[in-house]
Amino acid sequence: MSVNKNYIKSFCTIQKNQIFLNGETVFSTEDDLFAGFSKKAYQHFEINYPKFFKMDNLSKLTFLGAELLLKEENKNSEDNNTALVFANKSSSLDTDVKYQKSISDSENYYPSPAVFVYTLPNICLGEISIKHQLKSENAFFIFADYDAVFMQNYCTILLETQKADKVLCGWVEYYNEDYKAFLYLVDKKGKIEHNHEQLKKLYNQ
Amino acid sequence: MEALKNELKSKIIEILNLEEITVSDINDDDALFGDGLGLDSIDALELIVMLDKDYGIKLVDPKEGKAIFQSIEIMATYITEHRVK
Repeated sequence: MSVNKNYIKSFCTIQKNQIFLNGETVFSTEDDLFAGFSKKAYQHFEINYPKFFKMDNLSKLTFLGAELLLKEENKNSEDNNTALVFANKSSSLDTDVKYQKSISDSENYYPSPAVFVYTLPNICLGEISIKHQLKSENAFFIFADYDAVFMQNYCTILLETQKADKVLCGWVEYYNEDYKAFLYLVDKKGKIEHNHEQLKKLYNQ
Repeated sequence: MEALKNELKSKIIEILNLEEITVSDINDDDALFGDGLGLDSIDALELIVMLDKDYGIKLVDPKEGKAIFQSIEIMATYITEHRVK
């Protein structure tokens, strides 16, 4: 069976208080924790979505990357069949720890539903789906490290079997202020060929 | 009652992380869900926990929240009539 070529239409990296879009710096701040950085990025890109502030850090990180790659994509599309394939190393551990602390004191037991809801990594895919009205395939995997071969294969299967017209893929790792997001949109058209060598190169840029 | 209303507004902003909203932005009769503050079902659960933790009011049926959380005015009246702490 021959496999059609697919392309990386756009890509985004977020780390160390900087955001890069297609290799160019589009936003940066200095001396900020992630909370300050993400809020300033939200304001800089004039995102109007108050639910952003209720999200946990992993979802904020994912949401910002997705916003940059999808905001121009879905404007005129009623049938938006963009699948989501994401992975990371720490799952939702950053929020899991916060939740555990919130219920560890038996004298002041407070199981916050708003914290608990983020104790799964794929909640960030739900946040993207709600914002961009996606009713498409989605999956979130946990790996020890970024696995470009797996991501390429999974994405290709979705496109070849016509489960999706496009796929937004990403590595979104966040734990204890240490974070990196690498998101890219795979389409049938574009300039950068979608293969694992290219993905590794872009991930390590 | 006015103090309780302001207290509730502050608690809602803090608990629900409504960063862009101040106490003065919330009117006593504003709808808290839907077109008002835009709260969702998870926020409703937070408010149920808050009623229990801060005012000793246990809602056995979460559906009761729909009537109680209509507005700050209605919440404050309910809390005044049912609080045990």
